[in-house]
Amino acid sequence: MPTIQSIAEVNEPHPDVALVERVRGGDISAYDTLVRKYERQLFRIAQHITQNREDAEDVMQDAFLKAYEKLDQFQGNSKFYTWLVRIAVNESLMRLRKRRTGKTVSMDEDVQTEEGSMPRDFADWAPNPEQNFTQTELGEILGKTIQGLPQGFRVVFVLRDVEGLSTEETAETLGLSVPAVKSRLLRARLQLRDRLTRYFRKKTPAAASAADTKPGNGAEK
Amino acid sequence: MTCREFLEILDDVIDESISAETRAELETHLRKCGHCKVVLNTTRKTIEIYRCHDIYELPADDTDRLHAAIMERCQKKRCDDHA
Repeated sequence: MPTIQSIAEVNEPHPDVALVERVRGGDISAYDTLVRKYERQLFRIAQHITQNREDAEDVMQDAFLKAYEKLDQFQGNSKFYTWLVRIAVNESLMRLRKRRTGKTVSMDEDVQTEEGSMPRDFADWAPNPEQNFTQTELGEILGKTIQGLPQGFRVVFVLRDVEGLSTEETAETLGLSVPAVKSRLLRARLQLRDRLTRYFRKKTPAAASAADTKPGNGAEK
Repeated sequence: MTCREFLEILDDVIDESISAETRAELETHLRKCGHCKVVLNTTRKTIEIYRCHDIYELPADDTDRLHAAIMERCQKKRCDDHA
C-alpha cells in the first residue's frame, strides 16, 4: 500500500516535465536548459561505454539531437533523464558496432561467467587511501580499474552507482531484468573493490619499506 | 548469518534497505568476521571514490563548444521543420 509520502512524490511533477512542455511548445531556450543540465552525465556515460573521447563527444551530440527530434515520443512514464540516458546508451552501442565491423556488441558480453562473484582479497585499506596519490595518479588507477570490467558490468555500475539511477531505471534503460541488474551490480562492485585493493591496501611496516604500490611500479599486473 | 548469506545481502546493506532484524544478524556476524567487515567497508569506499572523482570530466571549453554545436543542430532542425 503506498504511503502518504509516496503518493505526494508521484503527484509532484519533476521540474523537467515543465521544460519538456515548453520545448514542445516551441521554446528552444528550455531545451538549452535541459542540455546544460545533463550534458556532462551523457558525456561520461558515452565515454564509459565507447572508451573513446571522440566517439563520446559524437554520441553526446547525436543523443541530444535525437532526443529533440523524438520529443513527441517521450511519454512521461519515465523521467526525462532516464529516457535521455537510454538514447545515449543505444547511440554508444551503435558507435561501438561501427568501430568493430562484423562483431556483435551487446550488454551481455563477458557476463556469462561466475568469475568475480566472490571477493578474493581481504586486506584492509589505508584510511582515506586516495590521499596517497596525486589526482592524476588516482584518475589513472580509477580509469584503468573500471575499464578492466566486462562492459555489461561496467555500464550497470556507472548508471546505478555513479549516475544515481535506481535499480529499476537501470534495468529499464538497458533492457535487462531487475534480478540481472542486481547480479551484475554486485559483481561489478566486488570486482572493482578487489582490484582497487591492490593500490589502496593498508601498508604493514614490512610492506611499506618494500616496493611502492603506485602505478607504474607493477601493482596493476 | 554465514559469509555467503552476507554476500547475498551486501547490496541491500549498502543501499540501507534491510530490516532491523537482518541488521542485528549482520552486526553479530561482522563482530566475528573480519573478512566480511573489510569487504563491506571497502565496497562502500569503492562506490564513494567513483562517485566523488569524475574520471571523464569534460573541460569547460569543450563543454561550451559541444553545447553550442548541439543547440545549433537543434535550431537547424527546428528551422527545417518549419520550412
